[in-house]
Amino acid sequence: MRRNKEGITYTLMIMPGVIVLFLFTIVPLFYSVIAFQKFNPALGIRNSTWVGLDNIKILLQMPDAMEVFRNTLVIATAKIISLLVVAVIFALLLNEVRFLRIKRWVQTLVYLPHFLSWVILAGILRNLLARNGMVNDLLTPFTSSPIQFLGRPNLFPWVVVISEVWKEFGFEAIIYLAALMNISPTLYEVADLDGANRFQKILYISLPSIVPTIVLAAALSIGNVLNAGFDQIFNLYSPIVYSTGDILDTFVYRMGLIQGQYSIGTMVGLMKTVVSMILIAISYWVASKWANYRIF
Amino acid sequence: MVTSKRFRDRLVDWLITGFLLFIGISTLLPIINTLAISVSDKSAVAGGMVNLIPVKFNLTAYSYIMQDSKFWRAFFISIQRVFVGGFVNFAFAVLCAFPLSRNKKSFPARNIFMWFFVFTMVLNVGVVPWYLTISKYGLLDSFWALILPGAVPVWNVILLMNFFRNIPKELDEAARIDGANPWQVLWHIYLPTSLPALATITLFSIVGHWNSFFDGLILMNNPDNYPLQTYIQQLVIAERSVLNSGQAQLFAKMSNNTLNAAKLFVAMIPILLIYPFLQRYFIRGIMLGAVKE
Repeated sequence: MRRNKEGITYTLMIMPGVIVLFLFTIVPLFYSVIAFQKFNPALGIRNSTWVGLDNIKILLQMPDAMEVFRNTLVIATAKIISLLVVAVIFALLLNEVRFLRIKRWVQTLVYLPHFLSWVILAGILRNLLARNGMVNDLLTPFTSSPIQFLGRPNLFPWVVVISEVWKEFGFEAIIYLAALMNISPTLYEVADLDGANRFQKILYISLPSIVPTIVLAAALSIGNVLNAGFDQIFNLYSPIVYSTGDILDTFVYRMGLIQGQYSIGTMVGLMKTVVSMILIAISYWVASKWANYRIF
Repeated sequence: MVTSKRFRDRLVDWLITGFLLFIGISTLLPIINTLAISVSDKSAVAGGMVNLIPVKFNLTAYSYIMQDSKFWRAFFISIQRVFVGGFVNFAFAVLCAFPLSRNKKSFPARNIFMWFFVFTMVLNVGVVPWYLTISKYGLLDSFWALILPGAVPVWNVILLMNFFRNIPKELDEAARIDGANPWQVLWHIYLPTSLPALATITLFSIVGHWNSFFDGLILMNNPDNYPLQTYIQQLVIAERSVLNSGQAQLFAKMSNNTLNAAKLFVAMIPILLIYPFLQRYFIRGIMLGAVKE
């Protein structure tokens, strides 16, 4: 009897949150049926024409659609790999620093961009990469004319990936630093006795000890290969670089909300969601099997 | 032999330390560049002469911002959203995390709710149906459109739930024997023992609210309702004029870049002010996320 009462109390406690979540994540799911309509806001869902899978056909005939999909995969994968590599190297090096005060200062400096929004960082990058900006000043001895980093399709993905690494590498390194701190000092002492040098200790002790963490991070990032970073690209791109810089999320935004093609935008979003959910399921399966990871 | 090895070791130490200091300072240079532009003379900026050191130092741009009513309106909308949104997120996180941290015996429906939360976390239906839903609710151009859609921070709920589960059960049981009900247990035992975790998730919410621009952009039709990040996004990035005519005149006089840089910097200040806390608690938050049973 008492146990039952307790369950009711907990249900009451959790209900407001469940209702709000339902209103703002489940209800939009019902709205997604307009992906199978030729939706007209004036007519509403009930009176708009149903067109079955026609919107997929329209999408496949769009020349940009495949390009957008490819850009998304390329940028997202490049980001995941370069962030992982830079963060691991940074953590391994930082772990070697013996001056604690300097170590802490370096950490304070490199974590900062993580907390700033892409709006602010894009504003900063625009100054930095302008025709007469700081980067072009530094490159003057090597180039004949200023480079327009944000206006050249072949350079744009590089700017995106490098600026992402700039923003996040320090923060990404935190989990690796934590793993490195858990290594038993005796391992290093034994290696010293065997005459191992610094580089050998990194290669044979530090790096292998963080491999499980690397595997975990890599597994969890599988779910992100369709997320190339809306906020960043939205604030950096322009029509000149759509050929290499336009991604699924920016495409959905322009299609659905700017051009008013609600049904097409929703269809792209829906397809992305389905694929993402499958990828997330795979990534958690891999993470729990290989790295013993549970979120709850 | 021994001394040369020790010498080489010291040298490597200094090289690594020097390299990392270089990386650390380089990370900051883009921000310093913008700060230098904001306090330099407009013609020097237009001529591309300002890199890291201000040229003809002056605070004109900042004194213009002080009088810029649109900027401050957006700034205070953001401040308001941080406080209201932060509080709402906090309340929902606690109210959802506590029941979910109970075992199946005391809360039989626990697993059903847990799957519901996980489902909403991985489900991301895309921006179009989301926008249509919110406009159907009549929230467009309302302050609550910035608060309600993200009112339940699911990731924070899971972090906090994991934290609650690691609190020793004995405390809980002792309170039960004294006749405390679940609300009292939450209020007198779980909240006071979870202060670091609560600080962490609150900081997550505060930074999230301060930094988000996209909801303001699509849910507000009237630029007067923009939060600061949306205002800056429109002004600096989309280069769309959200100015009134008096400011447009000013704009002609000022170097566009100088004023924009100053606005970027002012928008950074709140984050810089709480940065010491951020650093401490965010790192802890990441570790919370990695809690395994």
